[in-house]
Amino acid sequence: MSTALIWDEKRAGEIIDAHKSMAGATLPVLHALQAAFGHITERAIEMVADALNLSRAEVHGVVSFYHDFRRAPAGAHVLKLCRAEACQAVGADKLAATLRETLGIDWHETTADGRVTLEPVFCLGLCSCGPAAMVDGKLVGRADAKGLTALVRGKT
Amino acid sequence: MSVRAFVPLDSAAVALGADDVADAIAREALTRGVAVTITRTGSHGMHWLEPLVEVETPKGRTAYGPIKAAEVSGLFDADFLAGGKHARAVGPVDDLPFMKAQTRLTFARCGRIDPLSIEQYRAAGGLKGLTQALTLGPDATLAAVTASGLRGRGGAGFPTGVKWKTVRDAKAGQKYIVCNADEGDSGTFSDRMIMEGDPFTVIEGMVIAGIATGATKGYIYIRSEYPVAVGIMNRAIEHARAARVLGDAVMNSAHAFDMEVRVGAGAYVCGEETSLLESLEGRRGQVRAKPPLPAHHGLFGKPTAVNNVISLASVPAILAEGADKYKSLGAGRSLGTIPIQLAGNVKHAGLYEAPFGMTLGQIVMDIGGGTASGRPVRAVQVGGPLGAYFPVSLFDTPFDYEAFTAKGGLIGHAGVVVFDDTVDLARQARFAMEFCAIESCGKCTPCRIGSVRGQEVIDRILKGIAVDEQIALLEDLCSTMKLGSLCALGGFVPYPVLSALTHFPEDFRARPRSLADVA
Repeated sequence: MSTALIWDEKRAGEIIDAHKSMAGATLPVLHALQAAFGHITERAIEMVADALNLSRAEVHGVVSFYHDFRRAPAGAHVLKLCRAEACQAVGADKLAATLRETLGIDWHETTADGRVTLEPVFCLGLCSCGPAAMVDGKLVGRADAKGLTALVRGKT
Repeated sequence: MSVRAFVPLDSAAVALGADDVADAIAREALTRGVAVTITRTGSHGMHWLEPLVEVETPKGRTAYGPIKAAEVSGLFDADFLAGGKHARAVGPVDDLPFMKAQTRLTFARCGRIDPLSIEQYRAAGGLKGLTQALTLGPDATLAAVTASGLRGRGGAGFPTGVKWKTVRDAKAGQKYIVCNADEGDSGTFSDRMIMEGDPFTVIEGMVIAGIATGATKGYIYIRSEYPVAVGIMNRAIEHARAARVLGDAVMNSAHAFDMEVRVGAGAYVCGEETSLLESLEGRRGQVRAKPPLPAHHGLFGKPTAVNNVISLASVPAILAEGADKYKSLGAGRSLGTIPIQLAGNVKHAGLYEAPFGMTLGQIVMDIGGGTASGRPVRAVQVGGPLGAYFPVSLFDTPFDYEAFTAKGGLIGHAGVVVFDDTVDLARQARFAMEFCAIESCGKCTPCRIGSVRGQEVIDRILKGIAVDEQIALLEDLCSTMKLGSLCALGGFVPYPVLSALTHFPEDFRARPRSLADVA
């Protein structure tokens, strides 16, 4: 899903225009920009600030507050692994340790080949069938290291 | 004639392969030249049986589960479309003990109907509550909700009727209903299930709230971790507009109400109502000091009722069935039903709606069937990451707000997370502090700094350094956080930490863990 998303200022402007009249538009605009370009660039922050009559610092503050917004592109695949209690109760800590070792990366890091970004998530609402994971938006219940590794490695 | 088959679209079922199963049924039917209509429904809540496939036979719906895509061909061989015998046949869902013993008011339709069919919703009793509210008018609707004894299901347990009255009495040109669907507590998924499985119930509850309070605009703030729920709610809102359940003339009455979905961005603290309002307004999700209450000065400075999904989803049944029926259920001051979510290491994990008052032991052992691992239960965390860890010796605690408070715990959003005897409660206490540090909004010092110091203190305990002094320090820190934090994040994180320390002291004095082990 997250193939190279090229910054396109005209397209960004259209996205901002489409959302800027919403009440409390900041989050919807940022979500839409990230969906289009994979991350929030410095230029995007400037443009959002201009359109919403905010300072760049305010928009930067919003982008940096929320875990979802990225300042840099993610790897080709994003593996989100639940770290919360219900998943801990069924072995999430061990699963995370195994995956970090297998992939050779820690939380929030991307493999050297740019293939996989590993991120923690605190609850996917799959607490009845943990450990839970999300691979590029696909939900995985009762996840194991083998299956998840195959998902991120097997895909192109 | 086409046979109807039902496969859940619920995220838990999908995470266990429901989409693949639905595809496999469609493919196999095509290959075999059999006419099958597949309806995607919510989940009944028996997640250990997911993906659960149901078929409509002349004798009613009968179920098979859990089914893997690879087993679908075998189901056809067994003539499951006619209710044929198969190793995974579980019979009619309603005959299963887990379903039979429930009192389903809020979740009455979840798993049964097509979540996006307003006709099926209406046929199954939907819109009765709204029709009743329009007949009664705002004052009597408000009175009914107050009389039902409904308390906020998000965790605080504040009487919904009182909150609504405050908004109703506030003078303003514009008022808002905000549905808090930022269900971030680990072990909870009832909001997600109702949004995915019966979204019109949530919409109907919001419209009734609008009529009772005089609000004409609603927002439902859904966490981004719930993409399926976001998609379904958006589509349900469009259907509701087309059916004139939403719009300038709700069900052709003089009341106007419309609503939209807003998506969170991965901040746990936005489940706190004032932080959620900041986020809706487009800012960092930082907690506001109260007063002023959101009911007086809420979204965009206007009077706002912020209600949890389940609180709002409970309202249609209250109006439809009457406040008396609702309040006849429950125990003490905890009235009505509560959708309990069984999670973690538990055999029968899923959602169980029942009146308040069952004991924790009945919930974990009788309904949940004990651990999934087969090992003894050692601890149960009730109420999410800010809830207390209870030992088995507290299993006689009745599931009601006051009873849990009396034992140093909280019900919260009614998530019950079960741990077996391999759990290390000192590590769980450390995690509570770590989580608080990661998710703190940073506005108040006890939460922002206290959570980081808390981790450091517990790390020293785990390494066996000056344990007695560190435990005293930890207790002191928890007291500061409890009394000095602005909201429940810093204020309640002492619950898991101190309950672990009180009920499982041996874990804090176990042999020192190595550095690598701690990190």
